[in-house]
Amino acid sequence: MQLTYEDITILATGSLIAWSCALLGSFLMLRRMALAGDAIAHAVLPGIVIAFLLSGTRSSPVMIAGAATLGLITTFAIETLQKKARLQADASIGLTFTFLFAVGVILLSMLAGKVDLDQDCVLYGELSYVPLDVWITSTGTVLGPRALFITATLFIVLLTIITITWRPLLITTFDPVYATSIGVNSVFYHYLLMGCVSVTTVVSFELVGAILVVALLIAPAATAYLLTDSFRNLIILACGLGLVAVAGGYFLATAVDASVAGSIATVNGLLFMAAFLFSPRYGLLFRKKRTAIIH
Amino acid sequence: METTALEIHDLTVAFSRKPVLWNVDAKLPAGKLIGIIGPNGAGKSTLIKAIMGIVPLSSGYVKIFGQELNAVRRRVSYVPQRESVDWDFPVSVMDVTLMGRYAHVGMFKKLRKADYDIAYDALRKMGMEAFANRQIAQLSGGQQQRTFLARALAQQADLYLMDEPFAGVDAATEKAVITLLREMTEQGKTVIVVHHNLQSAAQYFDCLLLLNTRLIACGPVADVFTPENLQDTYGGKLTLLTDVANLMRKENYPVREAQLQKE
Repeated sequence: MQLTYEDITILATGSLIAWSCALLGSFLMLRRMALAGDAIAHAVLPGIVIAFLLSGTRSSPVMIAGAATLGLITTFAIETLQKKARLQADASIGLTFTFLFAVGVILLSMLAGKVDLDQDCVLYGELSYVPLDVWITSTGTVLGPRALFITATLFIVLLTIITITWRPLLITTFDPVYATSIGVNSVFYHYLLMGCVSVTTVVSFELVGAILVVALLIAPAATAYLLTDSFRNLIILACGLGLVAVAGGYFLATAVDASVAGSIATVNGLLFMAAFLFSPRYGLLFRKKRTAIIH
Repeated sequence: METTALEIHDLTVAFSRKPVLWNVDAKLPAGKLIGIIGPNGAGKSTLIKAIMGIVPLSSGYVKIFGQELNAVRRRVSYVPQRESVDWDFPVSVMDVTLMGRYAHVGMFKKLRKADYDIAYDALRKMGMEAFANRQIAQLSGGQQQRTFLARALAQQADLYLMDEPFAGVDAATEKAVITLLREMTEQGKTVIVVHHNLQSAAQYFDCLLLLNTRLIACGPVADVFTPENLQDTYGGKLTLLTDVANLMRKENYPVREAQLQKE
């Protein structure tokens, strides 16, 4: 099978999204906040709609600002419900994001027809349109698909942030109480990470949809977790698995003429099942007892 | 050299209006091994978390070596309860120990060779050097605790606050740890340990702080480890009191024998 220009563009864009999600998802999973990622992926919807209403454009910076704001509000609401209303973490997450997502859906349907945004696109995205929306400069030069530039920028920014803040992110993830004791502001890094998740979500939204964002945040990291004991390798492996899922999903979708996003999420699930069964260390078939040496 | 490591003034901590610590006022001497004892829910862990600024104070203040925590943070090391972290986390023993150096090096500067040497030395002191590259998921309970203590040693602090370092560890680890803590206090370090085992409290520590929401007593073991104080601390828990009485009879502390005869 010959890869066309369109195929390569779609695969590259999808992979960049998968890598961004894998970077963040690895932290979210280890912080036991994978579902907070899900919550943010849904709760940014009213932010996007309101940003559109206020600005009248679908330009990325405005959308990103709107989504990031809502992402931080969501994070804050989840924290507040847990601390002040003394709700359990999962109840706070469930309450917050269903409410905000519902508000977003109502806003969307009120604007139906007037807005170039629709619910299907938000939920499922459309990766196949990536090559069609090209970025043309004022002088008329065609630079290439807009989404490819945006997702590449996103990935580079995230990689930079995580490289710079690796140490505080690691320590606040592993042992937040100890981190506080040596003077690290755990709350700041929590919001930094959630802010990154919000931005990633909104960038990925119209390309792959809210549901695939969640799948890409959680599944590759969870699969990698079964395959390695080193955090660095976990992140690299999660990126690799994201790439395999995007490529596998795309060809599956082409072969059976199905939704690309749905196929990618399916391949993600299959990869996890394979790791669950065949992981050399923790797989069901080769499970060895963890050898604890007692002195 | 300072004679007082820690001053706690009228400290009150409340969670949703329910006081966990009430008006605690104490001065703890430097260079001693100090135990904090009291029943479950007495606020022992909360006390050291309050000292480290991890839980907010409702009132009162804490001075460490005569200063605010932020001014002396590098001289203080906190060891959380072992169960407070996920031991399946994908990091190695060395990774965890190096976190002790973050306190000095900061979050963004490169670690130097000296930092690795200090961390390795801390592991050697805890008998963990052979496990430096092992993933923490493969450690026993005692080894997990040794790793936590190695991280604290790597901080090279003057005051150590440890939350139940003897909980759920094997006898060999307990012995190794208490020997190390003794050595540390001989070198002038102050070590404050939350402890739940009354049996060993009198042997292990120089000073005790008896706590049950309020401060019951604080001072050298010989002065404060008395049946009255223990009864005040543990309330009407009869079985426990019987244990204490038996323990005292068995150990034949002269002071307490006299007091028991008086009763």
